[in-house]
Order: sequence, then C-alpha cells, then structure tokens
Amino acid sequence: MEPLHSTSQVPMLPMQPEPYRIERVHKDTGDTFTLELKPAAGNAGFAFKPGQFNMLYVFGVGEIPISISGDPEDTASLIHTTREVGTVTRAMRALKQADVLGIRGPFGSSWPVLEAKDQDIVLVAGGIGLAPLRPALYHVMNHRSDYGKVVLLYGARTPEDILYKKELAQWRSKFDLDVFVTVDRATGNWQGNVGFVTQLIKRAPFEARNTTAMICGPEVMMRFTAQELIKRGVAKEQVFVSMERNMKCGIGLCGHCQYGPHFICKDGPVFSYAEIAWLLNLWEV
Amino acid sequence: MQGYRLEPSGLEQVFEKLKSQSYEIIGPKLKDDAIVYDRLTRVKDLPIGLTDEQGPGYYRLKKRNDDAYFGYVLGPQSVKHYLHPPVFSLWQAKRTEDGFAIPKERESAPRYAFIGVRACELNAILIQDKVFLDSDYQDPVYLERRKNAFILAVNCTQAAPTCFCSSLGTGPKVEAGFDLLLTELINETEHYFVLETGSEKGQVFVKDVNLPAASEAELEAAQNRVKATEEQISKKLPTEGIKDLLYASYEHPHWDEIAERCLSCGNCTMVCPTCFCTTVDDVTSLTGDTAERVRRWDSCFTSDFSYIHGGSVRPSSKSRYRQWMTHKLASWQDQFGSLGCVGCGRCISWCPVGIDITAELEVFRQERGQSESN
Amino acid sequence: MNQIKTMFAQHPLFQDFSEEELEFLATCASAEQLDAGRILFQEAQEARHFYLIREGDIALELRHPKRGVITIQTLHAGDALGWSWLFPPYSWHFDARAMSHVHLLAFDAEKVRERLEQDNSLGYRLMKRFASLMLERLQATRLQVLDLYGTPS
Repeated sequence: MEPLHSTSQVPMLPMQPEPYRIERVHKDTGDTFTLELKPAAGNAGFAFKPGQFNMLYVFGVGEIPISISGDPEDTASLIHTTREVGTVTRAMRALKQADVLGIRGPFGSSWPVLEAKDQDIVLVAGGIGLAPLRPALYHVMNHRSDYGKVVLLYGARTPEDILYKKELAQWRSKFDLDVFVTVDRATGNWQGNVGFVTQLIKRAPFEARNTTAMICGPEVMMRFTAQELIKRGVAKEQVFVSMERNMKCGIGLCGHCQYGPHFICKDGPVFSYAEIAWLLNLWEV
Repeated sequence: MQGYRLEPSGLEQVFEKLKSQSYEIIGPKLKDDAIVYDRLTRVKDLPIGLTDEQGPGYYRLKKRNDDAYFGYVLGPQSVKHYLHPPVFSLWQAKRTEDGFAIPKERESAPRYAFIGVRACELNAILIQDKVFLDSDYQDPVYLERRKNAFILAVNCTQAAPTCFCSSLGTGPKVEAGFDLLLTELINETEHYFVLETGSEKGQVFVKDVNLPAASEAELEAAQNRVKATEEQISKKLPTEGIKDLLYASYEHPHWDEIAERCLSCGNCTMVCPTCFCTTVDDVTSLTGDTAERVRRWDSCFTSDFSYIHGGSVRPSSKSRYRQWMTHKLASWQDQFGSLGCVGCGRCISWCPVGIDITAELEVFRQERGQSESN
Repeated sequence: MNQIKTMFAQHPLFQDFSEEELEFLATCASAEQLDAGRILFQEAQEARHFYLIREGDIALELRHPKRGVITIQTLHAGDALGWSWLFPPYSWHFDARAMSHVHLLAFDAEKVRERLEQDNSLGYRLMKRFASLMLERLQATRLQVLDLYGTPS
C-alpha cells in the first residue's frame, strides 16, 4: 500500500526556469536592449537552433517568450535582444549586470538553414525582427561556402531604431554578403535608403528560383514581403516566416498560441509561408 | 459479455476496498443545487433519488420516484477538475545567492478513484490523454493523477435533450478506458447493478470482493437499458466533412449573428470536459523573498487570452466563439486526431443564453449546402 | 540615337513596345549625369522630364519649416522617376537630389505627351505602365506610413 503523501519523483521540468546570470547588458536603441547570460551555477553551454526561443522569467514578475539572437555555434553564452513593450520586459530592462533571470528552453522550430544548403539565402527583417534572424545569418556566415549568394534586407522605423549597428557595418564590408538597410522615416542626416523594406526586394542580387527566404517582422510586413518575394519568383514553399502569439507554457500545453491548427510554440514559430498563407489573410485568427 | 451482480449494499464494500487501497473517492454529490464531483466517504453521499432536467441554458434537479444511485445525466463538472486541476501551484522559488532556487521535491499526486464516470467523460479523458501525454512534453501534473486513477464508470440509463454522444460514437455505452463498469437496474421489485471489468486493475479488484456472476437475463436487461437510453437521444452533430466545413467558414457572417448572443463568459470552456487551456500567475510574497507560479484554467473567451504587446489578437467576441468552435470541431482533428467534442452537451446547458453548438453548426452546414447546390 | 535606345529598350516600362515607338522615345531621350548632392529638380518647378535611373541613388525630399529637409523616399538604379509630367499643372511636388553620382535618362515630357495625345494606343499602354508603377509605390508608401515597427502604445 502506497502512502497518501510522499514526495513525487516526476520532474516539473520543463516547467521550471533555471537561473541565469546577466554577464552584460547592451543598450541597442532607445527601447531595445541585449542581454548576455550564463548559467548561475555550473558552466553548461546553451545549445539551440537558429529561430528557436526561450521563456524568460523575471523573479516574481512574470515570464515571456523571447527568441534567441546569438550565434548558435557559440554555446558559451546565451544572447537575447528584447524590446521594452510590457510589464515583464520593463522589469527586465531594469536588471543590471550580475542580476539573475530564469530561463526555460530552447523551444520551437528553427530556420531551415540546413535544408537551404547550396541555395541563395535572402533574409528580410523588419524592426526587432532582425534579432530572431541573426542566428540564421551567423550560421550561414559560419558555413559560407555551403551557400550561394547571401542577402540581408532590413527595414527599420528610423535610423535611430536600427539594431546591431556595429555588426551591420561589419557585415556590409564583407564581399560575400549583401546588406541593404532602409528606414520608413529618415531623421537626422541619414544618407541611406528611405522606403518600406519590400522596396528592396526587386533590386537585391539573388536568383529567385534557387532561393530560400526567411522573413521576420510584424505580421503585415511578413505578408507583403512574402508576396513580393513570390512575385519575384521565389517558391512559396521556400519562403519562411516566424510567427508570434501569446504563450504561457512554451511546450504546447497551455493552448494560448494556437493559430488555426498550429501551436506557434511547438509547430512554429518558424513556418513555411505555403503552410500558413491561408491563415495570414484571415482576420483575428 | 461477462458480468457480476452487485447489490446496492455491495457498493459500500467497493467503497471500503478503494479506501483500503488508499484511494480518495471522487464521485457525484449534491452541492449548490447541482450534482458535482466531490469527495465521497460512503455510498449515502451519492445523489440517491435525484435526477436532472436539462435544456439550452437550463439545469434543474428533481426528485425521482425511486432511489436510483446514478439516476441523473450529467452535472456541470467532469473529472477534469481532478485530473487537470483548475488551480495548481507549479512551483515555489526562494531567493538565494545564485538568484533563486526551486526545490525539486514536491508532494506526490493524490490517488483518485472516480465513481460514476460516464461514457462521454471517459472519452474526454482519452482525448485529454492525447493533449497532455502524447506530446513532446508531457504535463507532469496530469500524468501523475492519470496514472494513479481508478475509474468506476457507469452506463447512462437515461439521456438529456442536450446529449448528442451517439452521433459522435462516444456514448451512451461505456466501451473502453475503465477499470470497473456499473449498469444500474431499478424497478418496483428490484434494484441491483451489473458490474463489468475493463482492465487488469479492475479484475484484480473484483476477485476478492466475491460477487455472483450476473445471469443471462440480468446481462440482457443491462444491455437493453443502455439501448433504451440511446433511443432517447435526439440531438445530433453530424461529423462528415466537418473540418473542411469550418475551415471554409472563417469569414462567414453567421459568426456575427452568434456574437450578438454570446456573452463571452467562458462558461462553455469551463464545463467542457476536453477544454485544456491554462494561464499562469507569477506571484511573490510581500517581502519579495519567495515567488510562486500558479497555473489556472483559462478561457479563449477572455480578451487577455490572445494578448500580445499592443493588444488582443481576438478582440471581438465573434472571433473568440469562432476560435472555440473551430478548435473543438476542426483544428482539434489536425492537432490530436479526433474531435475535441464528446457530445456531453454541457456547453449547451450551462450557456447562460442557451447557445447550442449543434444548432450553430447546422446553420453553417445548411448555408454551405445551399451555396454548393446553387 | 541607337545607343540611347539600347539604354532603355529593355526597361519594363517599355516592354513590348514596337520598334517605331522605341525609336520615337529615343528621339525624346537624353543621357544625363549628376554629381552627388546636386538637385535634379525642385518642388513647384515645371516638370519638363521624366527619368530612368541607370546608376546611383536619388532622394525625394521635402523641406519642412521645423524639421528641415526630410527624405520621403529613395530611388535607385532601374527605377523610373517622376509622374508630375503626366498631369496638369505639370509641376514637381518634391525635390529630387542625387545621393551619389547618378546616371540618368531624361525624357522630354512635352514631346512625349504630344505623341500620347495623338496616339491613344501608345498613350494607353504607357499610362498603364505608369499606373502600375504608381500603384506599387503607393502600396509601399502605405506600409511605410503605417509605422509597423513602432512601439505599440
């Protein structure tokens, strides 16, 4: 006969966050910041695939999903770029070096960087959408000879809102990577492109029929970008987008992130456009 | 078919044996003018001699002319309350020098013996098994409770006008997923149960209760009783082509018409035995030294449910009703390989304005049929 | 003349135009260059030309009393520039400034207009091309003004 109250051995993982210490905080733009994290105890690395996300927990405040934006081959530290948009991210921004965050993850599907071998790669980012795409770009650049042409198209709100400025300058100077940046609204003495990011597609150097495109940004931006790429000749099965919905568990159990038949947390966040195009054009799904 | 004859007095013996195996007995009980699942200590706790009357937005208890133990149809709750608790503390954390720590040890899950589980409810459990256990990540809360559970099912001996299990193949006859099964037989002269076993656990259980085998006539009487129940069921939910129908109806104007009645109260999701959505509250003690994550049932009818920075993805009640119904009858099939509905009819009875999912579906079906024939 | 024709004959704006039509357009076209920083045209000036950008970048700008010069949009190699020449009063709505050294083809607006008035078939086809260009740019501008990346309030 089993006793009524003993202790349970069934672990609550992956429902429990693990403590991670902030090694460095970097302010990217007025409302965006990057955290560099390491496990609070031990030296275990953090392995993930480009496009995956973690649940980030601020002690006692709450937990939210945030994509991982570091180099997938540099597992020593975990990098998250976040924008301050709500209670949890506000609390997160107040954190300093040596403070501790909770991490659960990595969760979700990834950008098809392995499947895209030998193809031209077009990454299209809008706003903070550059952060979830950065690991894909790292991977492609780490294995540059596996790919054809590589193009990054990036649309920001204003020149002040451009993420990863230093790195963009480095990327721009590379001969084997074409970077185009545009802003919706020119301010200061911005001398670059002005116009919506879709305007960059027609003059970007890639061969549409042999291209894998990865898009991340607001839903409207992704929809129009996908259409523009398809208009140029990219197959809709080769266009990938990263979706965002409310998430509480990150592991397919809480039901919040449902998008038609899909759970964004486990079937996504990365989907092929062909798979979800029918949903993208419906209201309030 | 094989079975035993169990006298009403013998049921007490079953209760005692369950208790001796350290089960907590959860069964039907009269509470707040409804029959709900609650802790039972003895057979007398059952809603003896009570029945329910149900209809759209209607549920009333009534006295029966006899002393049947399971002479009601369904209460608002299902066993979901116990296998997937409405509120559950997932973990508590303490501030430490390394930030925080979460004790790995937790209190073990209770061992529930469920009494009076109906065919539709059993099928709901099988559906929730897929949701919580057939996934990349299992829900440890559900897993432990489910593994521990003993299920004593009951065949329905009457149906309500809100029942439509027969068109979904989920009742009224209990087919699988139980340990023991009772069919209650009562008339002016006799009151007894036919008891069947459905698992090894159930067979072992009856072995030392020492029951007489049921006679052919008794077994037949039990079967006829369930057949008669099936004949009482008039409501239908035809499932043919249901997924395509709903996927094709996302932009249908009838959602607006439903939204004019729907209060977005979420009652349907709370009483539904398959609805599984949850949210979490992260709370701290006043000193800020301890934090806790409490999980509780959530409903896709709230505006918070789909909130992402900037607002709700489903701000209108039509999009929320559409999400719920499309999930139950269409996207659930893609996600878990079955419908998310077992035809228990609770969402109809407990909807304050009496919205009937089968009637709403019929509108989409009719209009689709018309537009196709035009 | 033939050399000029080869500079634009392949442009989508003139796709499927007849040899005669292309030759006529060649008589309207002249190759121009502009140094970085120079103004191509200014708001309220008469729109005497429309342009094809062959190389370099051009900014469409607006002078704002408080915010100074605001770049509305940038245009690049392969883009057509200017549709004020199509409609009365034929005057520019924005300034156009070279962001880098620019090679252009400039088409004489009056001469083209005259032909289009007489030759409605050519007029319709060219107008359709310009309309589709304007639509594409309008759609992009709509997305641009939506401020999609802004922080939600």
